Amino acid sequence: MNWKRSGIAVATLVPVIGLFAWGLTRDPNNIPSPLPGREAPSFALSVFAPGQGELQRPVGDTMRLADLKGKVVVLNFWASWCLACRDEHALLSMLAQEYAGKNVQFMGVLYNDVPDKGRAWISEMGGQSYPSVDDPGARVAIDYGLYGVPETFFLDVNGRVAYKHTGPVTPNVVHQKLDSLMAAGALQGALEVTKPAAKDIKPAEAR
Amino acid sequence: MTRLLAADAIIVALAVTLLGAILTPYAVRTGRRNWLTLSYAAVYTNFLLVTVATLALVFGLVTHDFSISYVAQVGSRATPTFYTIISLWGALEGSIVFWAWVLAMYGAAVVWFNRKRAGNLVPYAATTMLLVQTFFHILLIGPANPFQLVSPVPADGPGPNPLLQNHILMGVHPPLLYLGYVGFAVPFAFAIGAMLAGEVNDGDWIRLTRRWTLVAWGFLSAAIIAGMWWSYEVLGWGGYWAWDPVENASFIPWLTATAYLHSVMVQERRGMLKLWNLNLMVGTFVLTILGTFLTRSGIISSVHAFTQGTIGYYFLAFIAIVLVATVALVAGNSEKLGSTGQLDAPLSREVVFLLNNLFLTVFMFTVLIGTLFPLVAEAVRGVKVSVGEPFFNRMTLPMMVALLFLMGVGPALPWKRSAGPELKGKLTPGVIVGLLCGAFGIGAGARSPYAVLAFTFAGFAAAVNIGEFVSGSRARMKAHGESFVTALVRLVSGNRRRYGGYVAHLGIVLVAVGVAASSTFKTEREATLKPGETITLAGKTLRLKAAWGREEAQRSVIGATMELMDGQRVVGIIEPRMNYYPMSQQPVPTPQVRSSLTGDLYLNLMAFKQDGSNVTVKVIWEPLVPWIWVGGMVIVLGAIIGIWPTRQRTVRAATAPQGAAT
Repeated sequence: MNWKRSGIAVATLVPVIGLFAWGLTRDPNNIPSPLPGREAPSFALSVFAPGQGELQRPVGDTMRLADLKGKVVVLNFWASWCLACRDEHALLSMLAQEYAGKNVQFMGVLYNDVPDKGRAWISEMGGQSYPSVDDPGARVAIDYGLYGVPETFFLDVNGRVAYKHTGPVTPNVVHQKLDSLMAAGALQGALEVTKPAAKDIKPAEAR
Repeated sequence: MTRLLAADAIIVALAVTLLGAILTPYAVRTGRRNWLTLSYAAVYTNFLLVTVATLALVFGLVTHDFSISYVAQVGSRATPTFYTIISLWGALEGSIVFWAWVLAMYGAAVVWFNRKRAGNLVPYAATTMLLVQTFFHILLIGPANPFQLVSPVPADGPGPNPLLQNHILMGVHPPLLYLGYVGFAVPFAFAIGAMLAGEVNDGDWIRLTRRWTLVAWGFLSAAIIAGMWWSYEVLGWGGYWAWDPVENASFIPWLTATAYLHSVMVQERRGMLKLWNLNLMVGTFVLTILGTFLTRSGIISSVHAFTQGTIGYYFLAFIAIVLVATVALVAGNSEKLGSTGQLDAPLSREVVFLLNNLFLTVFMFTVLIGTLFPLVAEAVRGVKVSVGEPFFNRMTLPMMVALLFLMGVGPALPWKRSAGPELKGKLTPGVIVGLLCGAFGIGAGARSPYAVLAFTFAGFAAAVNIGEFVSGSRARMKAHGESFVTALVRLVSGNRRRYGGYVAHLGIVLVAVGVAASSTFKTEREATLKPGETITLAGKTLRLKAAWGREEAQRSVIGATMELMDGQRVVGIIEPRMNYYPMSQQPVPTPQVRSSLTGDLYLNLMAFKQDGSNVTVKVIWEPLVPWIWVGGMVIVLGAIIGIWPTRQRTVRAATAPQGAAT
């Protein structure tokens, strides 16, 4: 046996094994986000894809988070270069139609992409029922601490982040979150109706 | 009853393997060779006991004995019997049972075929097999015990993971993978045995392991292709390879094993690369264990991840022992492994083999680093990153293309000396075919240089490898006056390993063409259709006939009946579906594929209206994808030709053309 060579060979392996040992203490699927429970970062972004039917917003219109208070908001970050976004596209589009007329606003936010490509993608995918806005310079994406696309944020009626979903959404997730957020919103609405004083103060506060 | 039988069998097997592993080296050291009968008996007994435990678990699954923890975890009365049986490898504990069984089978086979051999190589190899087996028994008694008592006994179970009971390939891919993965324990055991027995410089262990390696390699190749096929048929994304950590884990040892299959020829013929081959063999086994660790411990995020537990720490300890012990052993023995030959000519076959090994090794490290990088990044910088397809494609495409090229050059070159003027005659047809294929690729719309090179080199390699069959047969026809078919059969059976290798090359070419074409020319469209509406893609028109739903015993199914149109005529029906399993939240997409030689029409149901008034379907045109599956079968055929035992050794030596034996 050549002990020196053996020793060197083993010494190079120890850090690798140490790395694995450390890795075992981590959960690779846990991508932390401090946002849930906090107030959602505000935004004012202009529409580049109008959506369809009653969900439509004219191109160039500015969508502000402040205007959406009182509604449950589904904020879906996507891009035309994103493969996983294709998987959830049809589902989101259909769900937005399903919740049309209810107290929910679906909106897409284009991430690191150009509106022309986004529009081409939407028509290639067979249309998108809800409006999408452009996020030049990914400023809003940075505010929301985006790791990648798709990521979907569910905001409650008070404009707080209720939940963040990483990766393509599933029907169950959307239904569950939306239904519970809408129920909470309806309850809050009902409480406000019974407290006229509080309701009267609100517009003044908003200014 | 069944539970206790199985659990006790494993406990006894642990005792037997431990005893055998201690007894064998003792018998060898003290010269009591007749004791070896006893240690070999330990190997056979272990196989018997693990077989009993495995069959008991299968029996428990089939009879829905929910008092057994594993059955309660994966069994369900509604699951069809076939999927109940194969759920043996559907979750962590069962897969370890199956692993232990395959390992015990290999151990018994190794000892049986080599029991009469003199020397200390086989006893030490048997010891190594027994020690590896001990580890799996410890797993089965400790963190992956499938035989725990469930009380009170549940009336029914959740059934296997829906994805795993949705396609028949689930019965094919995992067993092949285990046969391949675990099979690399055999050459590893011989390598360790050779070092322990001090016979490492003797070429004998290399010859003994060659065929075992080819067996494991053949199974692993088949398993990887079957896994691609499964992912393509089941997951509904229209792809077959995503560089997921688990896919990489199966691919990494394949690369080192492939390198070994080539470099071992250099050792046999030229006495070079002894240390290198030993490293490749040991490395392949360590990489299989590493792959198992990565996928079972939950250390890296993957779609395939098994449920996590403490098993990661057991694997880590085992890896540490195997790595440290074998690396120390190899490094310590390295001085005995000097070359007895040297490179004589710059353009000889051994040089191509060296390049092949270089590319395959770099390829292996690239994939390994890409797979482990998220872990390193988190450890060093504390950030979460993911390494995806763009990295792997960019880094590995040049190597794939280079390997395709070498595959065409290698068979045309002679051993030991530089190629002479005959090279021109051997390569010219290849170059012509290659250029034609490349031009055809460009004509079909390929613009990426790698795609064009892949088509060119695939044509080149195919022509050269086929040329070897043709020229060899012609020589026989001339020399012996045989017909072409007789000459071809005798040529191949006279040197199975060489021509089996060329057949495998042709399989690789088919896979390469399928991959290059499908990734270059794939087109897809998605549309929401009402009944009667059509969607057209790649000249094929599909009409939605109806959307439907039905209840089956274990699931509910939503489907869309799509008619493939030729003008106004319906020429085929394709029915993509979504399966809903009661215990699972998400639907399981069940795409339908209509295959032809030129490509697949791949349909996936994406979404549907509850009332059936419209459905969203994704249609993908996947050119030449069936070539990948056919190529996989050709690779396996090549491996079988190479493994097939040759009886007429003397005759072979007499008739093989000069310089042909590999």
